Amino acid sequence: MSQINRISDGLIDRTRTITFAFNDQRYSGHAGDTLASALLANGVKVVGRSFKYHRPRGVFSAGNEEPNALVELRRGAYQEPNTRATVAELFDGMHARSQNHRGPLGFDFMAINDYLSPFLSAGFYYKTFMWPKAFWEKLYEPVIRASAGLGSLSGQPDPDTYDKGFLHTDILIVGAGPAGLAAALTAGESGARVIIADDDFRPGGRLNAETLSVNDMSGAQWSRQTLATLNAMDNVRLMTRTTVYGAFDHGIYGALERKTDHLTSSDAAPRQVLWRIYAKRSIVCAGATERAIAFGNNDRPGIMLAGAVRAYANRWGVSAGKRVAVFTNNDDGWRTATDLVDKGVEVSGVIDTRNIPAPASVPGASIVMGASVVNTAGRSGLHTLTLSNGQTLKADCLAVSGGWSPNVHLSCHQRGRPVWNEAQACFVPGGELPLGMHIAGAANGSLSLSAAITSGSDVTAQVLTSLDIPVAKTPSIKAEDEPTNIKAFWHVKQSTKRCWIDLQNDVTTKDIGVSHQDGFHSVEHVKRYTTLGMATDQGKTSNVLGLAIMAEHAGKTIPETGTTIFRPPYTPVPIGALAGRSRGKDFKPTRLTPSHAWAEERGAEFVETGNWLRAQWFALPGETHWRQTVDREVSQTRNSVGVCDVSTLGKIDIQGSDAAEFLDRVYANTFSTLAVGKVRYGLMLREDGIVMDDGTTARLDEHHYVMTTTTANAVSVFRHMEFCRQCLWPGLDVQLISATEQWAQFAVAGPNARKLLSNIVDDEYPIDNESFPFMACGNVTVCGGTAGRLFRISFSGELAYEIAVPSRFGNSMMEALIEAGKDYQAIPYGTEALGVMRVEKGHAAGNELTGQTTAANLGLGRMVSKKKDCIGNVLSEREGLNTDNDLQLVGFKPVNTGTALSAGAHFVRTGQSAITANDEGWMTSVAYSPSLGHSIGLGFIQNGQDRIGETLTAADPLRGNSTTVEIVSPHFIDPEGERLRG
Amino acid sequence: MRYSALKVIKQGLSGNKGWTPAWREPEPKPEYDVIIIGAGGHGLATAYYLAKEHGITNVAVLEKGWLGSGNIGRNTTIIRSNYILPGNEPFYELSMKLWEGLEQDLNYNAMISQRGILNLCHSDPQRDAFARRGNAMLMAGADAVLLDTDGVRKLCPDLDFENARFPIKGGLWQKRGGTARHDAVAWGYARGADQRGVDIIQNCEVVGLQINNGVCTGVDTTRGKINAKKVAVCVAGSSSRVMSMAGMRLPIESHVLQAFVSEGLKPTIPGVVTFGAGHFYISQSDKGGLVFGGDIDGYNTYAQRGNLPTVEDVCEGGMAIMPNIGRARMLRMWGGVMDMSMDGSPIIDKTDVAGLYFNGGWCYGGFKATPASGWCYAHLLATDKYQETATELRLDRFRRGRMIDEKGVGAQPNLH
Amino acid sequence: MIINHPLLGPRDAAEFVYLGDAALINRPDRSADNAADAFYEYMYLRDNPAGELRELWYHEQGDRSWLVVTRNTLTHEISKVELARDVAMASGRNR
Repeated sequence: MSQINRISDGLIDRTRTITFAFNDQRYSGHAGDTLASALLANGVKVVGRSFKYHRPRGVFSAGNEEPNALVELRRGAYQEPNTRATVAELFDGMHARSQNHRGPLGFDFMAINDYLSPFLSAGFYYKTFMWPKAFWEKLYEPVIRASAGLGSLSGQPDPDTYDKGFLHTDILIVGAGPAGLAAALTAGESGARVIIADDDFRPGGRLNAETLSVNDMSGAQWSRQTLATLNAMDNVRLMTRTTVYGAFDHGIYGALERKTDHLTSSDAAPRQVLWRIYAKRSIVCAGATERAIAFGNNDRPGIMLAGAVRAYANRWGVSAGKRVAVFTNNDDGWRTATDLVDKGVEVSGVIDTRNIPAPASVPGASIVMGASVVNTAGRSGLHTLTLSNGQTLKADCLAVSGGWSPNVHLSCHQRGRPVWNEAQACFVPGGELPLGMHIAGAANGSLSLSAAITSGSDVTAQVLTSLDIPVAKTPSIKAEDEPTNIKAFWHVKQSTKRCWIDLQNDVTTKDIGVSHQDGFHSVEHVKRYTTLGMATDQGKTSNVLGLAIMAEHAGKTIPETGTTIFRPPYTPVPIGALAGRSRGKDFKPTRLTPSHAWAEERGAEFVETGNWLRAQWFALPGETHWRQTVDREVSQTRNSVGVCDVSTLGKIDIQGSDAAEFLDRVYANTFSTLAVGKVRYGLMLREDGIVMDDGTTARLDEHHYVMTTTTANAVSVFRHMEFCRQCLWPGLDVQLISATEQWAQFAVAGPNARKLLSNIVDDEYPIDNESFPFMACGNVTVCGGTAGRLFRISFSGELAYEIAVPSRFGNSMMEALIEAGKDYQAIPYGTEALGVMRVEKGHAAGNELTGQTTAANLGLGRMVSKKKDCIGNVLSEREGLNTDNDLQLVGFKPVNTGTALSAGAHFVRTGQSAITANDEGWMTSVAYSPSLGHSIGLGFIQNGQDRIGETLTAADPLRGNSTTVEIVSPHFIDPEGERLRG
Repeated sequence: MRYSALKVIKQGLSGNKGWTPAWREPEPKPEYDVIIIGAGGHGLATAYYLAKEHGITNVAVLEKGWLGSGNIGRNTTIIRSNYILPGNEPFYELSMKLWEGLEQDLNYNAMISQRGILNLCHSDPQRDAFARRGNAMLMAGADAVLLDTDGVRKLCPDLDFENARFPIKGGLWQKRGGTARHDAVAWGYARGADQRGVDIIQNCEVVGLQINNGVCTGVDTTRGKINAKKVAVCVAGSSSRVMSMAGMRLPIESHVLQAFVSEGLKPTIPGVVTFGAGHFYISQSDKGGLVFGGDIDGYNTYAQRGNLPTVEDVCEGGMAIMPNIGRARMLRMWGGVMDMSMDGSPIIDKTDVAGLYFNGGWCYGGFKATPASGWCYAHLLATDKYQETATELRLDRFRRGRMIDEKGVGAQPNLH
Repeated sequence: MIINHPLLGPRDAAEFVYLGDAALINRPDRSADNAADAFYEYMYLRDNPAGELRELWYHEQGDRSWLVVTRNTLTHEISKVELARDVAMASGRNR
């Protein structure tokens, strides 16, 4: 098929022919075309189907407001649903498919809905589909879902990458149309730092689509010249294909730059960049969007916005039809007629709703003033119009202008509500604008070219002054001042046929009527009841029209009726772009332990612990199941010696003459009485009396402590302590620093731990039981002079130490420790064995410290000092936290030791049913204890300490289990603690 | 007017000219037995159940704007009863059971769609916590299924099982969970209450509470003074503002929760899916839009809008588990103001002022609670006794140390 | 949002962690007679104004300062930023 509607001129490059496919049919266009202009050039009328009635639809607009021409662009994993053909830049090999039809585009089965339309009016679905009840999920909803929706996703991961960037500027100018270019010239010449962003691939806005002149040259020529001037300024950054989609607090704007969407392949380059622009001021020059008029069958392919028809002719050299008629309520529509005639396109008629003398002469056209279009005909494309005076007119394209609506969107993204301007019949920005935002040009109601340009320069001068930047003298810009008179006209009331308001969602004037009858009177109710303005175009061409018709029904004026607010984004933004690089393995940073490389070489299995990756176990050749490995690691540690990287625990260095006092206040127990060279277990409460964290703190010197926190709470504990230090007791002499990343720390546990360490710790630091007893700590040197710290603490319940060296030595230290324990078959153990040993010892960990746990629940109630003031002790005394049947942490073992316990089971008394009323607690952690040869568990149960020896049921209906368990001491191994003191 | 398929057909054949308003627009009377402040979902449900279950019909629901303009009009429509704590779970399960019969009860299709809610888990401790939760749900008469990775794969084959930073290790699935058409819930309750004689008075802002000697006797409004035997505040999002008229400070802060919808797409998401290692949840509306959200912005605000860091955080969470949604476009973002309470759980209670009742603190979970909240609040208003599933939702629980803290983050509302 | 840090200048709010009402600085005296009530009110009750609020932000991705930010909860406009330590000291808190 040739480009039958291609006419002369335009801003396309006719030397470059581009081939593309629409619904597998091959066509050609030129560089500079959009998919829509190329389809129109090729005479393609029907490009899609409407949402509800599946009516055939054609291209309606020439911009991002397009409601009809939505396609699935590209193929395979690159498939991109709902792409507006009107802004999709044509590229070689483009593949596009129409959407939302079953069967071919021309014979959509779902078009049956159109015949059912009397029964599908606004809100019909709220009134039916209720019987029989079970049919909703099984029948009605699946049918509705399958027929709703527009395009489809490929189902495959998005293969493109997206970048994010940050920009700072004095002035952000949104839109490079006449006002934006004038603004940028003024600001740029004055030396301000300027970003000017335009969503088109060819900046210039309406200058590219009009025949109006600026400074005695064509608008397109002037814009090209101006862009060159701006490009030459170092202080101006021109961003094309960039949509400023949202205005956020404090002058922060979101913008999306399309980098490769106009190319055949992104070729591994980022497809789009999501910019966050920090602007001291912004000048929104976003232009205006034309709207339609509601009349009978006004949705046929070929019925378009008048400005769009003009743009296709002037910018793209395309006539949207062979015989065009114009229907308007304003002067602007006439320019479409005159421009077309100038280009040799047949204009069959101009119908103007105003009873005034014709504002222009249109050779060859029948001019009908004070009339309207009542109905149209033409099955898959317009061919006849019926006018209110009874006349019929042939046309395959009808250019409709109901007036222009300023693009006030960004001005509404915070608190601003637009105000109605009666003279221009449009909403203009009003109310409170976002901080630092100014509006110029058509977006502010300066609709003529000359007014827009003047407004752009003037507003910029004010903005520069507010920034204390002297305004440079710039030559004034002379532009045509075309007439823009309008008399509001919304709806052809004589039409008996359906009159569309929202083309995409198939909302007609009748739907507004039904909605009014049903009692839905507020704007928000009508919008929600009819779905007006909720399609992918967010009502850019339909909202004002809908509002006017609501006002008619309510017998009110438009300002009395109200407005709906625009919310970001201005045009839809891909989720992939908003996510940027944070996906897959890069979703969050990965923290590696100091001995990660060593563990990797040993074939460790790793597990995510928050952002950390920790060694979970170290399987040996021949081990076929993780339990085999973990059992061995536990046994070997308990029988000889094992080493575990525990560097992920939070480490906070605390110094100052009030360090001891400070710790007494942030911990529930006392630290000022701790001797230098000793370690103590500390329990930390939140101010509400609930346990926040626990860990050990060592006193290295009179005024120097080192605290450890759990891995999970390292950040929040540090933040909390800074709060206490800066906000509660700013006069205390204490300083904190997080040292988690600075020290690599290893637990060395087992009866041979001391022997191993004696090969590591330098001789001048004796570590025999007398010199370095349980809970001792101190600075040491290791491996011949490397500074380190040694703590005699034990999480495993064995004779154990933790040895710390600067992080950079961590990997070597791990190797050295295993080497030093060679004679004792020292092994590394992972988090799984660590967990088993802590359950065997009855230590609480993450599963127990849920943020719902009191010290009493853990059996540590007596640690909470009643004497001193510490965080949490007052509120920990509340009645509800000290009842007679408080939960208490105890151990559990299966009565039948062959049975495995399960975490998450709830306890009920034997013989009672598993219902909430009988619930006495739950199993928090379970492990298979290789030391005992059976499954063991920890759990909270009401009054548990007093119930040792009782048997009851651990009910796990979720997994269909019910196990008889005995309550036992939580200290399964070495309850007297002899091993750790050995 | 009773709605039915037949009525839709008859009206369709006669030009849809015979529909009557779903509710009246009455002038306020000088006095009511009960005034409910706030015609949101909870207020309208309260009015409906007061009339239907307790025969109290001399009731006005006063609304500052248009009915349903609060968070019932701006949420992500999820219904579920997957709580852990005994103070919560029976209440939310009552709500679920009410949802299940709601449309027939109201004669209004609220498009309640029990397509399931799946919470993903990514670690062993998380699975243990899900087991505890699932058992608590079953013990309260709800449904729950613990899935392993393969079970999740069968339900949601498009998740990232290969390359995820936090591998999907399973999930907790509540089959009866799902979504409902949020606006329709408000409209259905409003229509039902109106039919039973309740006056729903829109564009009527309460500007003062009449309190004399510790007794509340009515309200001052922009449309004059209205007396009442009982005044029931039900204005989540603005609770502190209204209760300050009674001189009360609440255990509540106001925060914004953003929500997002994509352009319409052919079906791709089954039910509701929540990410367990980031802030993201998603479902797909009947119209085809992906409806998704994440965490609250985190700072106190009364503005119904949020900022970019949260927007991006939510999308990052989405792409982390569903990299196939990258080419779907976000169409609209909006925000709702939440009553974030000090333990993340709601309040339905009397106050120290006789005749003044309070319902609020719903955090970001009020929508699913709409039926039970109305049911229990109506019960309290009618009988002055706590409904049996709502005995713990009391104002004094913080003073007494009986917090219902599902997340275990304590008295920091922005973390719940 | 942008917070104008008194030491570091304007910083994106995303660098900060939010706590809440700056009244959390005024921790009650444990030895007072009404300590239980005072702590309950301190911990749980909030003015939660629709308008100007003094609130605590922590510069976690920065210098670890706690700040008192005066911000309007309707418009998000920030009118004042102070070091929380200075505010605490000025209100008589010390050791």
